[in-house]
Amino acid sequence: MASTIRVRATSSGENTEVQALVQHPMDSGYVKDAQGAIIPAHFIQQLTFEHGGKRVFVADWGPAVAKDPYVKFSFKGGQKGDDLKIGWVDNKGASDSTTAKIG
Amino acid sequence: MTRAAEAIDPVGDAKAFRDYFIKKFPKVKLEDFVNGPYSLNEDMRKQWEEKEEFPPYEFALDAGKEMFAKPFKNGKGYADCFPNGGIGIRQNYPYFDEKEGKVVTLELALNRCREANGEAPLSYVKDDMASLTAYMAFTSRGKPMNIKIPNDPRALDAYENGKRYFYTRRGQLNFSCANCHVQNPGERLRAEILAPALGILNAMPIYRSEWSGMGTISRRFMTCNSQTRAEPLEPQADEYRDLEYYLSYLSNGLPISGPGARP
Amino acid sequence: MRVLLAITLLISGASGALAASEADFKAAYAAAEAAEKEAGNLRNRWLPTETALAAARKAAEGGDFDAATAQAKEAEALAKASIFQATSEKERWKDMEIR
Repeated sequence: MASTIRVRATSSGENTEVQALVQHPMDSGYVKDAQGAIIPAHFIQQLTFEHGGKRVFVADWGPAVAKDPYVKFSFKGGQKGDDLKIGWVDNKGASDSTTAKIG
Repeated sequence: MTRAAEAIDPVGDAKAFRDYFIKKFPKVKLEDFVNGPYSLNEDMRKQWEEKEEFPPYEFALDAGKEMFAKPFKNGKGYADCFPNGGIGIRQNYPYFDEKEGKVVTLELALNRCREANGEAPLSYVKDDMASLTAYMAFTSRGKPMNIKIPNDPRALDAYENGKRYFYTRRGQLNFSCANCHVQNPGERLRAEILAPALGILNAMPIYRSEWSGMGTISRRFMTCNSQTRAEPLEPQADEYRDLEYYLSYLSNGLPISGPGARP
Repeated sequence: MRVLLAITLLISGASGALAASEADFKAAYAAAEAAEKEAGNLRNRWLPTETALAAARKAAEGGDFDAATAQAKEAEALAKASIFQATSEKERWKDMEIR
């Protein structure tokens, strides 16, 4: 099954710019379906990016983040060819992770 | 004052339409009109260009590619129903089917393909249908829109019906498509920047942030209707098919830019 | 005395006009439905017409025929406006066309 995480990381030598698109319904728990029943909350609670064994970016999310979240950030360091590990855990205990190479 | 009966003149219409938009927006390159509001607003354009590095329609596009390749239960596939195996042909739709005497859209053709091969039809407005057309549009990216109007009075009538629909006011709010997309492109309607009618279907299907998902041409026509407080028609109503035919023909020569992303 | 009689008659007449009966509602609703049907044939139904018809039905179910009749009359007015729009636009659309 295809990963839910798409990532692109580019190093400029000093900094690495990361973009990630994560496939997730991010249901807030406040929306009703066509029959009027609440769609249960189902959202990513934590998204982490690791490089060289260190966490370079951690997002603690709640129901306010919309479907298929997109994240863009930079961190100091990271060279071309390095591994970048990304993982998320949601409120139902489900998770996914992937490793990408910095370009 | 009566108006003399005028011959239906798509070529003349297309030229007048194009000239109108070129005159209204002299700084916009002709092929850029297909980018809708992004061709008319610098700030929005910047945000959109950034997003295109990681477009929100990526998931639907990948799903569409998989769906397109997957055979039906009877072993056949979409490729068997379309010229060139369905690749790089989106710019030819919709077309006028002279046997049937009606306009056939890509979505209609896809569902007919499914039904001819024992599969259930898909909803016309989103999800799977939008993923499929997203993939097919992607294989045609850059190709110029290429709608043909055969020398058949029924085809000319369909074109004219589409034109009439486009300019007719409807709904309690009494708007026509033209009020927003001909008279006010680049202006704001609430928080949105209105797109120009020229090239307006070239980016379809689109991922719309407002929908948090993909939508087809039918979806957009239906929601536009609701927004003027008119009751939407059926997704593949004759009126919508003819409207799509008219709008697509006027955008001949402009590149397919689908699948697209819009606010 | 005459004035008092006149006023009493006026009041009773007025309150008679205010209280809609089920029959009043049914007539108003039938008229609204007929107009909406015509609007449908013209492929030009409006969303608020359907909303008003639904509100009329709901009020009638609850026994409030005053509200139900008012909503039905509103629905009929909206339906008639949508018919007028479709009919007049048959020619007027040409005014908007880019030539």
